[in-house]
Amino acid sequence: MDKTNCRSLLASLSEYIEGTLEEQICREIERHMAECPDCRVVVDTLRKTIYLYHATSEDESMPADVRQRLYQRLNLDEYLKP
Amino acid sequence: MNDTKPAFSLDRLRAGDREEFARLVETYSDQIYRLALKMLASPQDAEDVLQNTFLKALQALPTFEGRSSLSTWLYRIAVNEALMVLRRQRPEVQIADDDDSAGDDITPAYFIDWCCLPEEELLSAESRAYLDQAIQQLPEKYRIVFILRDIEGLSIRETSEALNLSETAVKTRLLRARLKLRDLLSAYYGERLEEKA
Ligand SMILES: [Zn+2]
Repeated sequence: MDKTNCRSLLASLSEYIEGTLEEQICREIERHMAECPDCRVVVDTLRKTIYLYHATSEDESMPADVRQRLYQRLNLDEYLKP
Repeated sequence: MNDTKPAFSLDRLRAGDREEFARLVETYSDQIYRLALKMLASPQDAEDVLQNTFLKALQALPTFEGRSSLSTWLYRIAVNEALMVLRRQRPEVQIADDDDSAGDDITPAYFIDWCCLPEEELLSAESRAYLDQAIQQLPEKYRIVFILRDIEGLSIRETSEALNLSETAVKTRLLRARLKLRDLLSAYYGERLEEKA
């Protein structure tokens, strides 16, 4: 993981996985990944890392007692939905 | 927090309309609590941040100018509240612009492909606990960027507004946070892979 190509891939990694890179640079990255298993793994596992955090957080809501105390503190009890 | 969320009447909020404010609380309180909990890893501190965020919002709404979206504005208040809690523990904590290029090496250390692990392994209770633990290992200035952008789904621009940072700084920190978490998860899931082999 010390080749120049790997480094330049790292620098554009966020934009690459977000799909906001210019098409030509995307093609260069894909050409590099085709011959560099390490970079392929980094890209795949990075995508998965972000997915896991997003997926496990989406369904997290605050406990009912925390919600209740919040509405009390804000004097909004009457709007507290069961 | 995106465009599909209900629109709020700024006029009603500024005028102190309680029903409209209740709707604001209903819409954003889960996100604010989640941000605080991931930032502070303490349910009690997270609850304080949650309450103070909406108390401050209530006070400040009459003068809210609407230059950023309501959600970004709420996040900004919540981030500041969370930082105050952190600074009570460690006064040197800060997320302002500074030299991000110094120090941290971002070269990946693990090249194990753990993507093939089954979903029930990746998302087991133990794995979820590790995800929480890993994010706590990031320096605060990287952690908050990852939470806003990748967990809560704010855009780079919204994240930079919420943190009062340049978009360049947000991008740099985001990449560092992502790569660091990827390495931590690779070490963890790599072991799970070996157990199976
Ligand atoms: Zn490479």
